[in-house]
Amino acid sequence: MQAQTRRPTRLFRNLSAKIASIPMILTALVIFAGGTIWTVVYSFTNSRLLPRLNFVGIEQYERLWSSTRWMISIQNLFIYGICMLIFSLVIGFILAALLDQKIRFENTFRSIFLYPFALSFIVTGLVWQWLLNPDFGLQQVVRDLGWTSFSFDPLYNTNIVIFGILIAALWQGTGLVMCLMLAGLRGIDEDIWKAARVDGIPMWKTYIFIVIPMMRGVLITSLVLIASGIVKVYDLVVAQTGGGPGIASEVPAKYVYDMMFQAQNLGQGFAASTMMLLSVLIVLIPWAYLEFGRRRHG
Amino acid sequence: MADIRTAATAAETDPTTAGWNGARSEPYGPRPRRIVSRRNIVVYGTLFVVAVYYLLPLYVMVVTSLKGMPEIRFGNIFAPPVEITFEPWVKAWAEACTGLNCDGLSRGFWNSVRITVPSVIASIAIASINGYALANWRFKGADTFFTILIIGAFIPYQVMLYPIVILLREMGLYGSIWGLVMVHSIFGMPILTLLFRNYFSSIPVELFKAARVDGAGFWGIYFKIMLPMSLPIFVVALIIQVTGIWNDFLFGVVYGRPDTYPMTVQLNNIVNSVQGVREYNVNMAATLLTGLVPLIIYFISGKLFVRGIAAGAVKG
Repeated sequence: MQAQTRRPTRLFRNLSAKIASIPMILTALVIFAGGTIWTVVYSFTNSRLLPRLNFVGIEQYERLWSSTRWMISIQNLFIYGICMLIFSLVIGFILAALLDQKIRFENTFRSIFLYPFALSFIVTGLVWQWLLNPDFGLQQVVRDLGWTSFSFDPLYNTNIVIFGILIAALWQGTGLVMCLMLAGLRGIDEDIWKAARVDGIPMWKTYIFIVIPMMRGVLITSLVLIASGIVKVYDLVVAQTGGGPGIASEVPAKYVYDMMFQAQNLGQGFAASTMMLLSVLIVLIPWAYLEFGRRRHG
Repeated sequence: MADIRTAATAAETDPTTAGWNGARSEPYGPRPRRIVSRRNIVVYGTLFVVAVYYLLPLYVMVVTSLKGMPEIRFGNIFAPPVEITFEPWVKAWAEACTGLNCDGLSRGFWNSVRITVPSVIASIAIASINGYALANWRFKGADTFFTILIIGAFIPYQVMLYPIVILLREMGLYGSIWGLVMVHSIFGMPILTLLFRNYFSSIPVELFKAARVDGAGFWGIYFKIMLPMSLPIFVVALIIQVTGIWNDFLFGVVYGRPDTYPMTVQLNNIVNSVQGVREYNVNMAATLLTGLVPLIIYFISGKLFVRGIAAGAVKG
């Protein structure tokens, strides 16, 4: 009866929950939405040391795409990205499949494959910098064994430096993919395997034609995770090569940082980061459309 | 797992039933596995080789950090140290130089501690209450903000770096530990909120309703029911945050100053500084010291770490 006499104002209904959500609302609106829009808007200005609203159209973007360093960064990201996607998916899957053979010491092996993932990219980069050191590292060890003409110095060779970074990145990241894949494999009904065995289908065929198509969800999750990690790659390069030799291992994220905080060329930094955002959206939008569009229909 | 186990026991008991009703004359059930088969050699052999590859960098780090410089110069990086010395460790901790400062990694370590502890507490507190509000106390528009938050998790940090610089400068927090704490709390929010929201949604709603009937309010239910019931998920969040914040480099280098740099930034400055002779043993000791905290957490937490990863993975 009392409730009918006076309805509380809508704003104050569920007040505690609203107060508790203030940090989330502020973060979502001010930082994520606001910050992104701010950067995109200022990428059309000629800001240098300080952000200024002096619009110059797409001049920053023209300069960006005519810069050698940016082109090398994009090229590196492309090579690194493709290789990272393929290798971490393939290696991750193979390791998961091996671990799924009801083997002994499964936990030990899993712990070993996954521990690099707990380490930071800085630590990863520095360890591999040391291992790939041409005077003391792998190259020298092989030469000492008697193969004196052996040459493997990715960090000092401009043509293959990005693969040196890739080796370290794979060492750090495949454990995660393996873990996801293993969870996916465990989710597959044992009867599928029995049916395949009854039909006399060889194991590798069962994996490729039956099991992998069934793991679509896990595959997409891994793909999205790896892809978002690829665009963000920064610390690893800073630690392992510092972008060198020369500018041979530059990546877009490093370009953004250097432009914003070292070259005092904010406009370039904003334009470059907007391009990064764009590349993420190109990957993300079709995926979100597929994932959530499908869920809504079915 | 349970399925596999029941399937295995079923297979074991089957032959007896087959013999009992006499329907089968031929041997039945899976063929007994031999320990040494070609398949096993391939499987274990591959796993072993890969495991060696994964362990090698850790081994080299440890071995190098225990050698003296002459031994490194003339020896093999894989060779165990002839004379074990802990001097590189001492030097890395207390004497290694970054620019003008020569007080070693210890400063970075304590900065990292002072950044990580409040950030972890703040981000988990904020995110758990948020997740709780989203799961049990939905209000109009809550899901919209949540969606923006989750999309935000995929935006490259570079896009938001500079607006946050301005924000921190306006608040007078730029370069301070508390500024970094704020940044970590903000960027930890999407994944943690999702984690807690999903977990709280899985708690039976009857429990929540019963507490409502008994007159418990927003905070009462949170502290008396939700919190005690979800300790495992708090541990998972703790693992995600401690390792994530400890390993952060980008925010540390952007929002810190030389006297507030976290350990990762200082480590990179020590190892990649150009001046002077490169002391590889000190560098490796410093690297190992920095990696030690997340490694210890990893090996202690075991299964929960994997669960944290799986939770991080569903952020899609």
